Amino acid sequence: MAATAPALSVAGVRKRFGRTSALNGVDLEVQPGQLVGLLGPNGAGKSTLTKIACGLVRPSDGAVRIAGHPAGSAAARAVTGYLAELFRFPGWASADEVLQLHQRLARSPGDDGERAELLARVGLSEARHRRVEEMSKGMQQRLGIAQALIGSPRLVLLDEPTSALDPAGRRLVRDLLVDLRGRGVAVLLNSHLLGEVEQVCDHVTIIARGTTVASGTPPDLARPGGVEIETEGGTQHFPDATREQVPDLVAQLVGAGERIYDVRVVTGTLEEAYLEAVAEPQP
Amino acid sequence: MIADVNTIAVYALREALRRKVLIVVLILTGAFLALYGWGTAETFDAVTARPDEPLVREQTVVGATLLGLAMFVTLFLGTVLAVFLTLNAVRGDAERGLLQPLVVRPMGRVSLLLGRFFAAATVCGGYVLLVYGIAVLLTGTLGDFTPDDIVGPGIALAAAVVVVVGVALLGSTVLSATANGIAVFMVFGAGLAAGLMGQIGEALNSDALEDIASIAAWVLPFEALYQQALHFLTDSTQNFERVIVTLGPFGGARDGGPLLWPWAVAYLAMVWAAAAWRFGRMDL
Ligand SMILES: Nc1ncnc2c1ncn2[C@@H]1O[C@H](COP(=O)(O)OP(=O)(O)OP(=O)(O)O)[C@@H](O)[C@H]1O
Ligand SMILES: [Mg+2]
Repeated sequence: MAATAPALSVAGVRKRFGRTSALNGVDLEVQPGQLVGLLGPNGAGKSTLTKIACGLVRPSDGAVRIAGHPAGSAAARAVTGYLAELFRFPGWASADEVLQLHQRLARSPGDDGERAELLARVGLSEARHRRVEEMSKGMQQRLGIAQALIGSPRLVLLDEPTSALDPAGRRLVRDLLVDLRGRGVAVLLNSHLLGEVEQVCDHVTIIARGTTVASGTPPDLARPGGVEIETEGGTQHFPDATREQVPDLVAQLVGAGERIYDVRVVTGTLEEAYLEAVAEPQP
Repeated sequence: MIADVNTIAVYALREALRRKVLIVVLILTGAFLALYGWGTAETFDAVTARPDEPLVREQTVVGATLLGLAMFVTLFLGTVLAVFLTLNAVRGDAERGLLQPLVVRPMGRVSLLLGRFFAAATVCGGYVLLVYGIAVLLTGTLGDFTPDDIVGPGIALAAAVVVVVGVALLGSTVLSATANGIAVFMVFGAGLAAGLMGQIGEALNSDALEDIASIAAWVLPFEALYQQALHFLTDSTQNFERVIVTLGPFGGARDGGPLLWPWAVAYLAMVWAAAAWRFGRMDL
């Protein structure tokens, strides 16, 4: 049973912090080998959902299971890697010592080799013995990503892992995510970087005001925006036309005596879909 | 579980070492012991220089008073150490984002709390025993006084500081670092005030004051343990000497009776359970 269970399943989760309602019934699933992007405006509840999944926050209602185990149980935590949105490692420890501590706590059988490999994967090989307090913010975030991958977790929860990274670092993380997917690891990625999410995620869930407002593959969400054809008389817009209809449309126009200068299939971006999905409902 | 507790304890100790908390306390301790040794030598010189017929054996009074003073300072320094080692253990570290990466590991919150507790209790307990031992040695060699019971006061003092560790750890689940540090020192001060009140009560023969003091000492059992430690110091000293020693300047020397130890253990267990309960339910 547990073998077929989703890596992460979230069903009807609600969370109230005093009077604020952070989540009002969110559903989400991440399968092994799937990379799911979680999008939403500031305060939408993304971090709260992630914290519930790793047992830092207790849901007020609903069920969260990790590989079949209830979220927050030792069994669930044993297969999860987590990078918090706001975190800090002890300033006095070196990169290597931080990873060593987490190897022990994660009961990772990996040794020196695992640490060296993870540091190399996040581009920190040179800084292996540098103390955290002597690292830049981005370096610390890289170390955080390495920490989240200690012990080969089956589910990796990353809360804005690239917020402090330079372009090369973002590229590195993208490659790393693709690599994780290749190994059958499930990844939930919180991010505000839509381009990044569009490039790597198999599935995107958008939440706003604590509820799911859109969900699907990036191409599904970024639905096509019709066809634009430039003629002598100006640009003509066919909002419902698809790429397949282009030859017929052109033939029709040419048949009607128009001269065609340019044809564009308009593709909506994930950004447009996102902005539409999270827009406040009009009263 | 044991491996996890051990890992966290080692982590906490290394943190203390690298953050130089231990170094600062050790320097303060060195300074205190040097002054104490000097003062003891001078005081005993003055006492023995007056060979006229003494009503009481002055060495006992001077020695017990001096060692009582040393024990007070030892407990104070032990408390400083306890507070520094635990003040940010839960809320403080959670607010800075240090705790979350640890808590999501399989060990769980109870192991984390146990690790922090054992680290601080071992360091503070060991520290108190060491400083007390050195003070006894100094009083015996530079002065001329050896307590009736050498081991008892040390154990009671170490137990007192372990209780403070427990209280500070519980405080850290409710208050952020600075607030917790202040709160623990205030609680510690309240215990001392209770001790002084008891003494005044005794001097004025006020039963009410003495009752309040003894209730306070039991509510804050590190105070009762401290009084017990002072009591052990002159356990078999009799009569007038005893009266004078009991009226020492740093709280009364009261025998806690047979219930003190079970109560201290139960108290620690309750404080501990409250901390674990509170931490277990916290959203981080
Ligand atoms: N510990 C807390 N106590 C009270 N309210 C909280 C707490 N944590 C989060 N909230 C509230 O819950 C809501 C969701 O917050 P959350 O951090 O999950 O948002 P987010 O989607 O991660 O936002 P961002 O993009 O800014 O990171 C917000 O309204 C926030 O104010
Ligand atoms: Mg967030």
